[in-house]
Amino acid sequence: MALSTNADFKTRLQSWLPKLVLSPSLALVLVFVYGFILFSVYLSFTDSRLLPSFGWVGWENYSKLWRLSHWEISLKNMGVFAALYIGICTMLGLGLAIFLDQKIRGEGMIRTIYLYPMALSFIVTGTAWKWFLDPGIGLENVIQSWGWTSFEFDWIKNRDYAIYTVVLAAVWQTSGFVMAMFLAGLRGIDNEILKAAQMDGASNWNLYRRIIIPQLRPAFLSAFVILSHLAIKTFDLVIALTGGGPGRATELPATFMYSYTFSRNQMGIGAASATIMLMTIAAIMIPYLYAELREKK
Amino acid sequence: MSIATQDTAIRTGRVMRTLIYLVLLLFVLFYMLPLYVMVVNSVKPLEEITGGGMMNLPQVFTLEPWAKAWSSAQIGVEPTGLSPYFWNSIKMVVPAVAISTVLGALNGYVLTKWRFKYDTIVFGLILFACFIPFQIVLIPMAKMLGLMGLAGTTWGLVLVHVVYGVGFTTLYFRNYYAVFPTELIRAAQIDGAGFFQIFWRILLPSSGPIAVVSIIWQFTNIWNDFLFGASFAGADSQPMTVALNNLVQASHGVKEYNVHFAGAILAALPTLLVYIVAGRYFVRGLMAGSVKG
Amino acid sequence: MGFLDIDNTTKSYGAVEVLHKVDISVQEGEFLVLVGPSGCGKSTLLNMIAGLEEITSGEIRIKDNVMNGVHPSKRNIAMVFQSYALYPNMTVGQNITFGLEMHGTPKPERDKAMKDVAQLLQIEPLLDRKPGALSGGQRQRVAMGRALVRNPDVFLFDEPLSNLDAKLRVDMRTEIKKLHQKLGTTIVYVTHDQIEAMTLSTRIAVMNGGYVQQLGTPQEIYDTPANIFVATFMGSPAMNVVPAKVALENGRPVAQVSLFDGSTVALPFSQNNMSDWAGKDILLGIRPETITDEDAADRKSSNIAHMTNRIVVTEPAGSDTFVTMTLGGKDVIARMRSDADVHPGADFMFAVNMEKAVAFDPKTENRIAP
Ligand SMILES: Nc1ncnc2c1ncn2[C@@H]1O[C@H](COP(=O)(O)OP(=O)(O)OP(=O)(O)O)[C@@H](O)[C@H]1O
Ligand SMILES: [Mg+2]
Repeated sequence: MALSTNADFKTRLQSWLPKLVLSPSLALVLVFVYGFILFSVYLSFTDSRLLPSFGWVGWENYSKLWRLSHWEISLKNMGVFAALYIGICTMLGLGLAIFLDQKIRGEGMIRTIYLYPMALSFIVTGTAWKWFLDPGIGLENVIQSWGWTSFEFDWIKNRDYAIYTVVLAAVWQTSGFVMAMFLAGLRGIDNEILKAAQMDGASNWNLYRRIIIPQLRPAFLSAFVILSHLAIKTFDLVIALTGGGPGRATELPATFMYSYTFSRNQMGIGAASATIMLMTIAAIMIPYLYAELREKK
Repeated sequence: MSIATQDTAIRTGRVMRTLIYLVLLLFVLFYMLPLYVMVVNSVKPLEEITGGGMMNLPQVFTLEPWAKAWSSAQIGVEPTGLSPYFWNSIKMVVPAVAISTVLGALNGYVLTKWRFKYDTIVFGLILFACFIPFQIVLIPMAKMLGLMGLAGTTWGLVLVHVVYGVGFTTLYFRNYYAVFPTELIRAAQIDGAGFFQIFWRILLPSSGPIAVVSIIWQFTNIWNDFLFGASFAGADSQPMTVALNNLVQASHGVKEYNVHFAGAILAALPTLLVYIVAGRYFVRGLMAGSVKG
Repeated sequence: MGFLDIDNTTKSYGAVEVLHKVDISVQEGEFLVLVGPSGCGKSTLLNMIAGLEEITSGEIRIKDNVMNGVHPSKRNIAMVFQSYALYPNMTVGQNITFGLEMHGTPKPERDKAMKDVAQLLQIEPLLDRKPGALSGGQRQRVAMGRALVRNPDVFLFDEPLSNLDAKLRVDMRTEIKKLHQKLGTTIVYVTHDQIEAMTLSTRIAVMNGGYVQQLGTPQEIYDTPANIFVATFMGSPAMNVVPAKVALENGRPVAQVSLFDGSTVALPFSQNNMSDWAGKDILLGIRPETITDEDAADRKSSNIAHMTNRIVVTEPAGSDTFVTMTLGGKDVIARMRSDADVHPGADFMFAVNMEKAVAFDPKTENRIAP
């Protein structure tokens, strides 16, 4: 900590050690994150196809991108997916947390069950739901074999509904985690305030609506930030569950980028789409991180 | 788990309570459903599944699908089963978790106890790296791995996971060490302990809980990764998730659902075990890492 | 040159200067207490002596060696922290000897030193316990043991007693005093408790807002405070400060102070130089214990003044009774014996020991007499 001009050598070394120790990580991040981001953004302005190339084409990739119906579809899907995924996870998470907060017997057990999907790979989740929702062998087949022969449930094969199966699997995987966040928030609320409100004659409904839920603001904010960033990054789940199909019905920006870059050899366009994804996440994350880090000082 | 069990001041009526228990139970079923489907169908012959018996308990119990998924199922072009990929994953996960945790611990130590000008900015830079959509680094990373001679290797994947995981481990250790009394560090300085001695003798012995959190978090994330594995792995370094996806998506031959389910459980087993054994730390880690930046 | 010299030392965080040109010289064997309100820079100064904070300008010397830039462990100092800062994962014994271990002292010597210190502080039965299993007072002892074992040139204490309950605090205070008398070491001790400062110190530095307001023996600080801040900070209840006007009566300077009913009383000064202030306003400082009833007035004093004033409130506090009255438009407290015949609302004749009165310049707030 202390150092000055006439410090002895060992003391000076000691004062440099911290920075020395931090520098490998910082160097890795500067090169592999920020350097790479610059490189990718640069590529999005070049005529790269199969391999990176450095012919400058200006905004051409972006204008091409916005004319592609494929991209338009993945953006629309993203909109539907993100809205439902964030909305349902938040409501479900909050509801379950409130229910679990009522001195429930076996709470620990229930919590463990709600949360375990978080430990699974999206590929595993995708595989399980893929076959469970498959009309040939899954739910539809089972119900029909139980005697309701006209029962139909083929959303995963249906262009209009397939995106909802992605929402279903994603909600299954993350809603327990959101529940845990809200539960921690609920447990952090001062019990005396609740007692005081009850003395004031507030009903349970009013207690939650007027006193408790408003105090969960930080949990709502964190849930929103985490869920939206997960939504934009969703990739594996779609690959395992639907492969982006049927047709392009479940393509998302992440799968779009992957297929344009690696299967269709349109690296410039792929890089342009990745840049747009980054900007979207940055618009959400940077203000959040900034506020969080400032607050801590 | 870490979420303190405490009495709420709220009282509910009998009807309401029954309703609450019903809803909670319903969701227990919802969350258990896929696991149930995977388990029961992994131990029954294929005909029982295709014949509409997906929800039934097996009539004939067989471990054949497990054996097949492990050692003889067709993955890509080779009938090797998932076992070689399982070991690929292990060989990748262990060093990646170890290195990123050690780096995270040291970073957290420096960022809280040896603060310097702009340290918050440095931390912000490291932290933001966790949240970028990895699509933005795929192309240059592929090129860089090629330049470094690591393309298609397990060590290449280790490097990738260390780079994009160090933000989380740093976050965990930083938050943990931030509340570790700084007076202890000062006392040790006066006692003559150096930078590493303080870390080793004073900080590390108290870091058990957060090390567990960091290790579990990294283990889960890296084991479950698909994007990097699919993008950068070579034929003999593919991780389990990629192999499972290849198995399930194979377009040729009969679809052996029971083998797929067995394979899925195999891929999920390590993280599930970790979650069940050390679940409370896992949850605490999730909370610490996400609720408070 | 003293044993420990703080020479024109300043400290800035960025553009903010939190310590301004501090100049203190401590002799060997002295017990210097730094006292002042929260945030005045006491800990900062102590940390600079320890080498835990960089010195912005000026010099700190121990035994005439410049310490600027020297690593904390090489200054031959020891520090006891407010939170004790015991290493939670080590036993009491390991805590005490960690510093010796870091300095490469061989194990047999370390063990011997540990035994001696443990005996001195009577903590031998605790040596194998972890800090978590100790009471507050025991932790405090261990923290002192860790400092003592190093046999340092200077001991630094940062509010070592503030985490203890009131009773234990008094006991430990006595113990620290005994220890200092027995070992004769040089101590710099930070506290914001003025009683601790008065009882422990051989000299006190009263600090406020990053300035040393006054440096002196406890008696000097108490009897001749340099300014209103020091006067009111040290002593409990605080010194009464009332507006007064200086006049000459029979060639002798007096302070004219208004009583409860607006009439004035003349309190003669003991100091003749107050004549220079004739006709001017001053602030008069009177300690509560110098306002008494006639019988309790200090017999040795050659200057007892009298005034009849109305009692507003009486507060019996066991050995004393505190009496509040209005003087110079301010609430003024007198410290009376518990058997004094005082009642709220009654008029009472007070004896004021003007020999102990202090006068301040109302503009600069500095002391002008004595
Ligand atoms: N790292 C820092 N950066 C900026 N200002 C600081 C820093 N550390 C201390 N200060 C400021 O320096 C001043 C002195 O702080 P210091 O801790 O020495 O006070 P103190 O007298 O020990 O108070 P207390 O009795 O509360 O311990 C305070 O105003 C504080 O806000
Ligand atoms: Mg302090």
